[in-house]
Amino acid sequence: MLDFTILTNNLDTYLQGFGNTLKASLLALIFSFILGVIIAVMRISPMKVLKAAGTAFVEFVRNIPLILILFIFYYGLPSLGMELSGFQAGTIALSIYTAAFIAEAIRAGILSVDKGQMEAGRSSGLTYIQTMRYIILPQAIKIVIPPLGNQFINLVKNSSILGVVAGLDLMYFGDSISSATYVVFDVYIFVAVFYLILTIPLSLFVGYLERRLAVSG
Amino acid sequence: MKTKKNWLIALIFVLIISMLSACGSSEKTGGKESKDTLSAIKKRGKLVVGVKYDTNLFGYKDPSSGKVEGFDIDIAKALAKKIFGDEKKLELKEVTSKTRVQMLKNGDIDAIIATMTITPERKKEVNFSDVYFKAGQSLLVKKGSTIKGIDDIKKGTKVLAVKGSTSVQNIKEKAPEAQVLEFENYAEAFTALKAGKGEALTTDNSILYGMADQDPNYTLVGEPFTDEPYGIALNKGDDKFTKYVNDFIKEIQDSGEYDKIKSKWIKEQ
Repeated sequence: MLDFTILTNNLDTYLQGFGNTLKASLLALIFSFILGVIIAVMRISPMKVLKAAGTAFVEFVRNIPLILILFIFYYGLPSLGMELSGFQAGTIALSIYTAAFIAEAIRAGILSVDKGQMEAGRSSGLTYIQTMRYIILPQAIKIVIPPLGNQFINLVKNSSILGVVAGLDLMYFGDSISSATYVVFDVYIFVAVFYLILTIPLSLFVGYLERRLAVSG
Repeated sequence: MKTKKNWLIALIFVLIISMLSACGSSEKTGGKESKDTLSAIKKRGKLVVGVKYDTNLFGYKDPSSGKVEGFDIDIAKALAKKIFGDEKKLELKEVTSKTRVQMLKNGDIDAIIATMTITPERKKEVNFSDVYFKAGQSLLVKKGSTIKGIDDIKKGTKVLAVKGSTSVQNIKEKAPEAQVLEFENYAEAFTALKAGKGEALTTDNSILYGMADQDPNYTLVGEPFTDEPYGIALNKGDDKFTKYVNDFIKEIQDSGEYDKIKSKWIKEQ
């Protein structure tokens, strides 16, 4: 069975890692959502330059592994004179990476709203922005919630990448405890449990939002 | 309805975890059974050794030629030669400080020859041969650094190290005020030092010499502050193979082959 002394003896270390994983996930969740919305709006905007820039961002970020984005920020930026800690580089890389997927989810949601809605809005005298704000987005958000929830859960799990650049997160301290005790399996099971403490409530919350928005329509 | 479903999913998670943990504990007892490694090696027709691929001078895979070379590799070749009379009957597998013990326990490799320090904790998990190389932990810094030795490490000094190595525990004992940052392997730790992520990199001097050899802007400072006797790690409880390997180490030391291998790789000592 599981050796619970591993957990009790290293509780402080686990909690420190848990705290940093939570912090990195929350920060990345906020940044990636804001950035994702901006990129999505750029991608569907009628302005060609914005559209091209948005598409370039998504295609570039989505098609390279997260760990390479992280290495660019952690090992690459110091040569340009920018010093980032493992935690900072990890959170930024995570935000940028997730933003690309969020942008795609939001774009798909907006595009799935019938074209006639935009035309109706515009012909009733609303501006493009107003139509977006009051007609298109409220409908799109319902469609977007489930895929967005998936992205946020992925984000929490992907935050384990911080461990690779000494980001002091759960995975990093898991490795550290494992090296000190020579126990591999039990140490990581407790790491998994800490991740579940974050992801299961998140997943329940997304489910709740889905139901709430379904009736409000 | 949905809530019920979510709870069911959570329950399944817990079940899977407890099942997996049961597997974990049975694996552990499996590793503790004494095995006759030597017979298994002879039956297979080749020796499988876990070595490092990222440690210059000890076990290093040259990216251009694809060849793995170093002190540990030559020791492995000599061991294969003793068993089969042919140094080519050897398969090298890459290990890191983090993976090597588990790989030995799983039976993926017959022996670990990978700059592995003999420690009392590790002796609980594996059998060690006699010492085949004596190293000591030291510090690598950028030339001109204010750090001249272990005493210069003050509160908040960032010291870089590699996950799963004894150097992490040692530096935490000798310089408890240091902030230790652990990386996946020596290449990443050295890159982090070059990128200014810390003031010093700590591990065995033998490995640091290899790094200083690659980049002359970096240098070792201070006397080694620990003894790091390297041993060949073998399956726990396999005393027959352990004795065989000890005889082998004595043989190559007596014959002068050991000194030949050592002087080929380690020049600074």
